[in-house]
Amino acid sequence: MTETSNDGQQFDRLPATADDREVEGRATREEVLNWWDQRFEIPPETFEEYSFWEKGKGKIWILRGNVASPIRIEALGMKFLRTRQEHWKPTTNAVQRFGREAEKNVIELTREQARRFVRGEDQELDWDGDWGYLVATHELAGESEPLGVGLFVHGELKSPVPKGRQRDL
Amino acid sequence: MEKLERYEPLVEDFDAFLDACERPLPSVVRVNTIETTPERAKAALDEEGVGWTGREWSDTVLELDTDNPGSTWASYHGWIHGQEEVSAIPAEVLAPEPGERVWDACAAPGSKTTQLAALMDDAGLVVANDNNLGRLSALRFNTERLGVTNTAVTNTDSRNFSLKPFDFDAFDKALVDVPCSCEGTIRKNPTALDDWTMDHVRSVAGVQKGILTRAIQATKEGGTVVYSTCTFAPEENEAVLDYALEEEDCRLVEFDVGLDSRPGVTEFEGETYDESVRKAQRFYPHHNDTGGFFCAKLEVEG
Repeated sequence: MTETSNDGQQFDRLPATADDREVEGRATREEVLNWWDQRFEIPPETFEEYSFWEKGKGKIWILRGNVASPIRIEALGMKFLRTRQEHWKPTTNAVQRFGREAEKNVIELTREQARRFVRGEDQELDWDGDWGYLVATHELAGESEPLGVGLFVHGELKSPVPKGRQRDL
Repeated sequence: MEKLERYEPLVEDFDAFLDACERPLPSVVRVNTIETTPERAKAALDEEGVGWTGREWSDTVLELDTDNPGSTWASYHGWIHGQEEVSAIPAEVLAPEPGERVWDACAAPGSKTTQLAALMDDAGLVVANDNNLGRLSALRFNTERLGVTNTAVTNTDSRNFSLKPFDFDAFDKALVDVPCSCEGTIRKNPTALDDWTMDHVRSVAGVQKGILTRAIQATKEGGTVVYSTCTFAPEENEAVLDYALEEEDCRLVEFDVGLDSRPGVTEFEGETYDESVRKAQRFYPHHNDTGGFFCAKLEVEG
């Protein structure tokens, strides 16, 4: 039995579970849902209507609905999660879109801290929860709104907001 | 402006038209309902002290009192997107519904793609195509920034677009917002007409005919195709519709967006076009204080 390898030119739907896996190292739908649940307590039902895809090694994309797999096109839905590394990393856009559902590992920033975060600056701050990727939020128009994903290590909140999304506000 | 003189026979109050073309455009954004509601977007702008004025014809179009809407929290969160008012017309006219399959034939940089996705509540499928690989990165950036998850991006010449990658054989609806001579964007870009030539108009009209006919072929019977340009040239507007009416099974249908417009013209510089092109609408800068625009709605027949 030969293992198929990842083809960086096409989108492949993620296998439902490890038993369905044909490409070595590919994340499964179940693992992706569990990761968001365990890390942020975003319930798996949130993603019921979505399918997950890999294009590019470890790059997971989320699509509302479904299309034929594999599919050779430029982009499909939104880049969602980076896998095939020790710590999986969600994208800023995915956290802005789905992070409102998060119940765990959510850090509420003041307006000034939020400004620094969206400028892409790292900052020292107090956080006694888990280290690792956090949903960074601030209050806007009366509710908490996700700014993106932050990385908390050694007393510091790092801002992985991509250059093109950074703003001086 | 002398390049616009040829439209004097078509445009009433021509001096007011020319005056409007000299004035800068108001700063307008569209509220992205995938990420928020118009109420919250307005509240966020209020909190930042950015004044806004709504529009009667659309809940999601706002004029802002800043020239830099990108420098707001609402923009950072993808709640608002800078988009000229007339540019919001064709997606509203197409009126896609959640669950439908929609083709955006000339999609980059993505303002209309993301508007289609929002009108569909991000459900169904928008196939966003553009032939220019460089512009695709802007399209991809904008769909992701605005939280769109129902879009597939393809990179081909729309004139030969193939549905082969997909597991269906026709779209419910198509938006054909074609490359054009951009005369209507003069208020946004005062150099828009510097490279204007009649040869360019003729050559771009050929491409437009190819894209529109392919869109009609790729749309199911009873489906809707919306054709739009940001230019005044009948060669790129009514003449292209006249060609499609001749070549494909389709008809023009009336629509109302709630903005002041004039009907499509049936003759210009010795050419005459099918009477039904009157159902298309011309939006002139001096009527709604916008850019210039042309929009037509077609129904695909068997």
